Amino acid sequence: MTVLFAENDSSFSFSLRSLRSLREIEKTKNYAMNNQPLIQFKNVFKTFGANHVLNGIDLRIYKGEITTIIGKSGGGKSVLLKHIIGLIQPDAGTILFQGRSVSDMKKSEKKAMKQKFSYMFQGTALFDSMTVFENIALPLKEKTALPKAEIRKKADEKMEQLDLHEINDKYPSQLSGGMKKRVSLARALITDPEIVLFDEPTTGLDPIRKNAVHSMISDYQKKFGFTGVVVSHEIPDVFYISQRVAMLNEGQILFEGTPEEIQKASNPLVKWFIQGMESRHDGLTGMMPSSQGEKRFMEEMARMRRHENVFSLILLTIENIDEVNHGAGYETTQAAMKNFADRVRCHLRITDICSRHGMNKIMVILPNTDIEQARYVRSKLAFKMETENAEKLKSAQEIYFSISAGIAEATKDSLMEDVLAQAESNKNMNYNFKIR
Amino acid sequence: MERMPIVTMPLSAVGRLTISLIQEMGRIAIFFFYAFFHIFSFPLQISKIVRQVYFIGMKSVFVICLTGISTGMVLGLQGYYTLVKFGSEGLLGAAVSLTLIREMGPVLTAIMVTARAGSAIAAEIGIMRISEQIDALETMDIDPIRFLASPRLAASLISFPLLTAIFDMVGIYGGYLTGSVLLGISPGIYFSRIESSVEMIDINGGFIKSFVFAAIVATICCFQGYYTHKRSGGFGAEGVSLSTTSAVVISCVLILITDYILTSFLL
Repeated sequence: MTVLFAENDSSFSFSLRSLRSLREIEKTKNYAMNNQPLIQFKNVFKTFGANHVLNGIDLRIYKGEITTIIGKSGGGKSVLLKHIIGLIQPDAGTILFQGRSVSDMKKSEKKAMKQKFSYMFQGTALFDSMTVFENIALPLKEKTALPKAEIRKKADEKMEQLDLHEINDKYPSQLSGGMKKRVSLARALITDPEIVLFDEPTTGLDPIRKNAVHSMISDYQKKFGFTGVVVSHEIPDVFYISQRVAMLNEGQILFEGTPEEIQKASNPLVKWFIQGMESRHDGLTGMMPSSQGEKRFMEEMARMRRHENVFSLILLTIENIDEVNHGAGYETTQAAMKNFADRVRCHLRITDICSRHGMNKIMVILPNTDIEQARYVRSKLAFKMETENAEKLKSAQEIYFSISAGIAEATKDSLMEDVLAQAESNKNMNYNFKIR
Repeated sequence: MERMPIVTMPLSAVGRLTISLIQEMGRIAIFFFYAFFHIFSFPLQISKIVRQVYFIGMKSVFVICLTGISTGMVLGLQGYYTLVKFGSEGLLGAAVSLTLIREMGPVLTAIMVTARAGSAIAAEIGIMRISEQIDALETMDIDPIRFLASPRLAASLISFPLLTAIFDMVGIYGGYLTGSVLLGISPGIYFSRIESSVEMIDINGGFIKSFVFAAIVATICCFQGYYTHKRSGGFGAEGVSLSTTSAVVISCVLILITDYILTSFLL
């Protein structure tokens, strides 16, 4: 593992800024169009025997967003997802697609609607008598008139992106659970669908692969702009990739809103569920999840009020995570992120508090540290990480994380978001972190 | 709910059973017609049909030959000892060939293919159902009946008459082995009697039967596998085992019943 100091890369920063502003414009455009939900559940009921699974569901899913459905196991989340694609019909209530009731649609309209969807099954549902390649290529082979060479090319491309190219002639029974999940994901995305339904896409995966799948979903969503509905238990990881979260409880939607809103929700059931599901340490980085980080920030703030202490933040951002994902693959990137987090933790002071913040950020709270001391800590951190592996660097035609580090000092009663924004705005150092 | 008088209870049970039986038959008929018409829907599934012909037809050739030769030999032996009592052993060729072409060939071929390929079809589709593979096809907007049942039905309609022909031919040679080689009937008499007694109508009748049996076996086996999840008796692996058993039993019973009905029309 090697770290290399580099000059501020102004062109790189510029390109990132323009990319970000483009995304902002796109997002605003989406929101403008989003007044009408793409899919809407209106008072939907479903019963299996004596089991009332859906008990008057009201839910809105907006175009171009990822909506995550959380809730207890066996609470009807998968049943809800299957209603969207028409695998299960409701006993009562209405499901609207683009404002039209699905049950009132003609057969041809339903067919046209179905072609926009893709579904990733909880149990993968791979065709066990077909090879990995045949599984991935099947939707194109059956539903398009593409020539064989074109299908091969598209499937190869998808397998390459998901690190599946070496297993293309293996059968599902010869694969591990994680590989099956990735094959299933590749099959779901091969047709470039407009709406993708993910039924627990990361269950049973190790932290590196879990994060790889999450970043892949998020990345693809940004790239192709599909609408995603994710059923998941991975709290808080899914909050990083979702624009909306809905909580299902006792067959009803107990909460619907943004990830920030659900984390601040006052409803005791929602709170209890979120806290119960949230682990004390993030599986990938071994650091605290962002909500725990926020809690520690509040504690420091309270200490500041009582004892007039000062404290600062360092916000480390992997600026080029998208490019690295494409270049090195999602799993390599996530493994590198884990290593990077380990190195950061090693070189900080024992009192410093690290927490993961989003898919590509680490927030470090530095208690009893003013801005000058924080600047020193940041330089020392970069210096240590550089000198540690300086020898190995010379041989390099390698891939690097471009890390930016912003610092900010908290002032009394300032909000964490404001301090983070301040740190984000004064990112004044880039250094490269060798990952391969 | 209003209580039913005890006297009418058995009647009502019979009624319920009859209604459910008719409903099931209706469902099977719809399933058959749907699968049958989709054999010809574009794009044609030629490669899948060829693969199924190989599985249902080609891979059954050995077992059909084995059954055919043993049936022919037994018929030759039994026929000889019966006919010799009347001094008409020269008619052995006609007896063996007509029995095989009209009855034994189509029926035994259908039963043997049911046991070998029909059970496999029901189990394969049943497993696809319980492991959500059929749901996956639906989510991809691929018609599961067209994708799974139509090629198997087409392959059965192609394979059954051919297998029946092989069965008949091998059976006739089995009869020849016992009658001529072992028991000394002149081969010339054996084959000339076959030539003079077997008419085209007998051969056509046998082929009509084999077409009907092909439709029955393929439809029942695909249907049982496809609706594995709707069985009340068992779920998961148990459901698949019940579907496979039902597929074989129902197919065999229907083959025997249909054989009687068809024979009465064809004679």
